[in-house]
Amino acid sequence: MGQWNPFRLNGRIRALMLTVVLGVVILAVYAAGILIPQDAVGTDFIQAKQPPSWQHLFGTDNLGRDILMRTLKGMSVSVTVGIAASCISAVAGILIGIAAAAGSRFLDGAISWLIDLMMGIPHTVVIILISFAMGRGLRGLLAGIAATHWTSLARLIRGEVMQLRSQQYIMVSRRMGKSGGWILRHHLLPHLAPQFLTGLILMFPHAILHEASISFLGYGLPPEQPAVGIILAESMTYLSSGMWWMAVFPGMVLVLMVWLIDRLGENLRRVIDPYSAQE
Amino acid sequence: MKNAAGRAALLFLKNCIRILSLLLAVSIISFALVSASPVDPVQQYIMKIGPVSAEQRAAIEAYWGMDKPPAVRYISWLNALLHGDFGISLLYRRPVIDIIAERFGNSLALMLCAWVFSGIIGFSLGCVMGMHRGKWQDKIIRRICYLLSSVPAFWLGLILLLLFSVKLGWFPVGFSTPIGMLDSEVGIWQRLYHLALPALTLTLVSFSSIALHTRQKMIDVMNSAYVLFARARGEGGWTLFVRHGLRNTILPALTLQFASFAELFGGSVLAENVFSYPGLGSAVSAAGLGSDVPLLLGITLFSTLFVCAGNMAANLLYGIVDPQMH
Repeated sequence: MGQWNPFRLNGRIRALMLTVVLGVVILAVYAAGILIPQDAVGTDFIQAKQPPSWQHLFGTDNLGRDILMRTLKGMSVSVTVGIAASCISAVAGILIGIAAAAGSRFLDGAISWLIDLMMGIPHTVVIILISFAMGRGLRGLLAGIAATHWTSLARLIRGEVMQLRSQQYIMVSRRMGKSGGWILRHHLLPHLAPQFLTGLILMFPHAILHEASISFLGYGLPPEQPAVGIILAESMTYLSSGMWWMAVFPGMVLVLMVWLIDRLGENLRRVIDPYSAQE
Repeated sequence: MKNAAGRAALLFLKNCIRILSLLLAVSIISFALVSASPVDPVQQYIMKIGPVSAEQRAAIEAYWGMDKPPAVRYISWLNALLHGDFGISLLYRRPVIDIIAERFGNSLALMLCAWVFSGIIGFSLGCVMGMHRGKWQDKIIRRICYLLSSVPAFWLGLILLLLFSVKLGWFPVGFSTPIGMLDSEVGIWQRLYHLALPALTLTLVSFSSIALHTRQKMIDVMNSAYVLFARARGEGGWTLFVRHGLRNTILPALTLQFASFAELFGGSVLAENVFSYPGLGSAVSAAGLGSDVPLLLGITLFSTLFVCAGNMAANLLYGIVDPQMH
């Protein structure tokens, strides 16, 4: 036991502080994207194809639009799509997981088959198919990402519920005549909430990456929407003419944002789950 | 031994039945999805061949069976499928099965390269991290892995393309065969040359998951009672790693690597599109964008078969090789 040192905090408090800092940074980027007025990303042919300068930090694209502004706007679109899809997926995951563990053996088998099915097709192909079925656009993208991300959380929740079911206090509750719904609300859900939350947040980065990838391939968001994937797809045409800034900077912002959100999820997991804080 | 062989055969059979049921389900679901699409394949077809009269249009619709309900069309499609007829691709005007066969060869070369290299690199780095837990090697490699898992494959591809093709001029900007050359004239070196950048991209985005997984396994092994006992006997360093660490981590790593075919295929779709590499991945996105339904369905089924084969290999590996499962 050394002296108390304000710079040597325990793991959870440090994780909590990091979580707050990361959260603020992510929110700032997100808010910047929403607050930027539409005319900041307007076309201006006089300014077209300019390399990075103090006036345009990330340079301008072939139509003279400022790439920094477009990237920030696109980032907030990507984050919104990612969060929405993750939320849908996480809710589906927890419901399916509970159903698998608490339902009949047949249902469990059917769900495990369904999970195998979902893991048997490459996710990119599933999203392409769903996007094709829904006529591309935002809806297809959301449905596609939501449909592919629930499996791991469902498996996790299923295992957790299986374990909880054999706990003594749940058996006692059952013997005392509590209904299944009561046990679900008072015993299962409080236990599953942290799992759900961390599972949800760890899903964000994947969902955002998928959104960017699918938009890059030309599915998903319409081309006039400033999504990061679309900016990068446009940059492909101008690579050989030396407009490197169109590809480098938007991608860097995307990587940074995904990495920050991933770290946020990891830190939040430490705050919520005391076991992992000891690592 | 006979018992083990029998069990392996049974496991294999079970897995085969499961794969067949999954393939059937995928065929139903994907057919339902493309039937539900607002994109009209007849319209797309007509747009490519130019203006046609109403009678001609009706004739095309009848020829494709578009006047029948989806269920009937599904049955006839499935029937043709079982006879090896995947239909004709709208984009390439050739039988889908030929396109898949040709392009799968290209994709396989790409994915195999990335699979082997990402496996070796990932496993080695994972071992280094696990053996040096908490030290600087662990910290640095782990940060790199976290960062790499946040990098989308297509952007990494773009950066490599910028660096090696545009800036340095070492590699071509696209195409797996040089323009104006027949496929058969292209030598193995030429192929490898065009394979290098997509394979590098795919390797770099794939190895972090296997590295982090191996690290965790290695830490578990190093915290175990048998390692404590080995240390008490005076083992350490390389001997400890070979006798205990390597033996206990290589199987889970190999299993994970087999189970990662889906991500590998997903990554190859992106890498192939960036480098215009003529594999299945660039074909599937072109099929979706060009409303080439037969090709889209064909590749969906084929990629499912590919991923399921990987998952089956992982299952069998666990069921047969791992002595603890007996």
